[in-house]
Amino acid sequence: MVERKHPNGLLSVLGWIVWLALFIWGGWGILERLLYGHRFAAYSSYVPWGHWVAAYIYFIGLSAGAFLLSSLVYVFGVRQLERIAKLSLFTAIVTLIMALMQIWFDLGHLERFYFVYLRPNFHSMMAWMVWLYTAYFLLLVFELYYAFKKDGAKDPAELARYKKILAWLGGIGIPLAVAFHGGVGALFATVIARDLWHTPIYPILFLTGALLSGGALMTMVVAYFWPARGEAWRETVTYLGKVVLALVAFDFLLEWAEYSIPMWYGVGAEYQKLMYVLFGPYWWNFWIIHFLFGVLVPVALLVWGRGPGAVGLASLLVVVTFFAVRLNLVIPGLVFPELRGLEHSYTDPTLPFNRLSFDYVPSLFEWQVFFGVIAVGIALFYLGYRYLPLVTQKEVA
Amino acid sequence: MANEDSRRAFLEKVASTVFAGMVLGGAEVKAEGSARAPDVVLTPPPPFKISSEAQEDVLVRMQRDLERALKKPIEERKWGMVIDTRKCVGCSSCTVGCVMENKLPPGVVYRPVIDLEVGTYPNVDRRFLPRPCMQCENPPCVPVCPVGATWKRKDGIVEIDYDACIGCRYCITACPYSARTFDFGENWTDDAASGQDGALALETGRAYEELANFEYGEVWKRHEGPIPQSPVGNARKCTFCIHRVEKGMLPMCVTTCIGRATFFGDLNDPESLVSELIARNNAVRLKEELGTEPKVYYLV
Repeated sequence: MVERKHPNGLLSVLGWIVWLALFIWGGWGILERLLYGHRFAAYSSYVPWGHWVAAYIYFIGLSAGAFLLSSLVYVFGVRQLERIAKLSLFTAIVTLIMALMQIWFDLGHLERFYFVYLRPNFHSMMAWMVWLYTAYFLLLVFELYYAFKKDGAKDPAELARYKKILAWLGGIGIPLAVAFHGGVGALFATVIARDLWHTPIYPILFLTGALLSGGALMTMVVAYFWPARGEAWRETVTYLGKVVLALVAFDFLLEWAEYSIPMWYGVGAEYQKLMYVLFGPYWWNFWIIHFLFGVLVPVALLVWGRGPGAVGLASLLVVVTFFAVRLNLVIPGLVFPELRGLEHSYTDPTLPFNRLSFDYVPSLFEWQVFFGVIAVGIALFYLGYRYLPLVTQKEVA
Repeated sequence: MANEDSRRAFLEKVASTVFAGMVLGGAEVKAEGSARAPDVVLTPPPPFKISSEAQEDVLVRMQRDLERALKKPIEERKWGMVIDTRKCVGCSSCTVGCVMENKLPPGVVYRPVIDLEVGTYPNVDRRFLPRPCMQCENPPCVPVCPVGATWKRKDGIVEIDYDACIGCRYCITACPYSARTFDFGENWTDDAASGQDGALALETGRAYEELANFEYGEVWKRHEGPIPQSPVGNARKCTFCIHRVEKGMLPMCVTTCIGRATFFGDLNDPESLVSELIARNNAVRLKEELGTEPKVYYLV
């Protein structure tokens, strides 16, 4: 079977043009971020976390999901996914780098990021998160290294040794990935000031969301970019499709709990805030982007669709629209004044933004930096895909 | 008969006294025959005297309280604030005084005055609620900081170390009172001052913006740039003007309050004005149910 690592064709050329446009536009945004700080970001003193924080939890979720998928192979020996284990690991590294870049740009003092290592406060969920990421990053690098070693193993004894190391690393990685992504959920959930966030379901919801979005990302990558389109590929994609379907269903179940419980009797602190999410000015973010294109259409494609193309499209939809879910987790928790009437108090709009306002719509600049990070991520992924033995002949066959 | 006559006469007397009483209200009515000169001599009341303590401005009393508190070791002081919402006229002098004192840039505010219009015409009113930092006994903003850049001092003031803050804004989300805001590095002169006098206005404005502020008793010169100079890029909040207090001056918002609606002092001192005020039954705190134990009380 011929390896098609860089298929030439109109689609590929178009892909390059789109990437270049993203890179230039997004790169310009990143440059502006480095030169002018948060000047052009629309978040405010009253809505202190916005698009970039949502983007960060989106990327970090992709990473945790992709990693947990690889652990199914190295720890639990799920054979159907063996072919994509290394690719999953590498995707986890790339999306982790994207997440860290994104949150780094979000800091007011990005030159002080290392303070989290020098003077951590372990009461803070955020300090835990950063330390766990660091451990996770090192683990990913080691695990990928041994995965390559395993491929190059010459005798069965050596192979068994590497397999064992990988099982151990993957085994450590599972609680680590659960802890850090559950921790991201807990970072929000532990905040008593924000009743929308302050719910024990958040860590679990974040984990499920990570598995779903990360799993869908891998499915999409395998369905569209896998070099060899044989029976093995078809089998893997079909299996992944089932995983994604199950995760969409489970995530929806948790989401039902998240919304229905605080809203059921139509009264209470969270009721009007969730009504805002569902029927406020950004209702379409929930109903059209998330519910229609992130749940209904993918489920229809996965249940009734035929072949890897349908699975790939369903997964692509899930991955892209999941960003809407992340936005809906971060922003509605912040846009309601904590004290009634604060929105009518002292304000000092200096163009182009009013920093003492509860009206938040991400600015073009915030999207620009987001796409810049995506462009860098795509470049890293492409380089790894091209030059690292992520997809070997043995696994393609 | 004689008996009957005298009985009638008696009843007439009584009845006339009763009716006269009804008509004349509170005036003393005497039954016929018992009228005589009043034996009580009315004297004018003593002249209305106001004690010198009651006459003095509350600022003087608070100044005395402050000086007394400063003589104690820091761990025995507990700074607190009381705001009388019935006296507040919503002039925002406190907000503006605070902006001047701390050289606050756009987007940063330590003490906004919440302005609510209540009621329906013709019964309409406005309610004002100045909102400084609550300097909570259990501050939710402190444990969330990943680098320990904010803490509660011995005297109860929640401090931020601008040199350590990485600008993640977790504390801003964690404050239930929205008391923390973020310094975006913006300036009042950005996009301002154009036309003929633009250059001069810009120069004057710049001069103001380059003035240092003295929060927490240090000299802070903020400056924007690729690597911003703190407090640009940091979370910021009301400090109860602790830099002034420790030099024996009342917080700026207390001194600029035209209605004398804001009181400041040592809550550990049972003799202080603030201790006296919070013992009243109309003293409340915001969001008591969260258990944050604010040290700002409102009289309602």
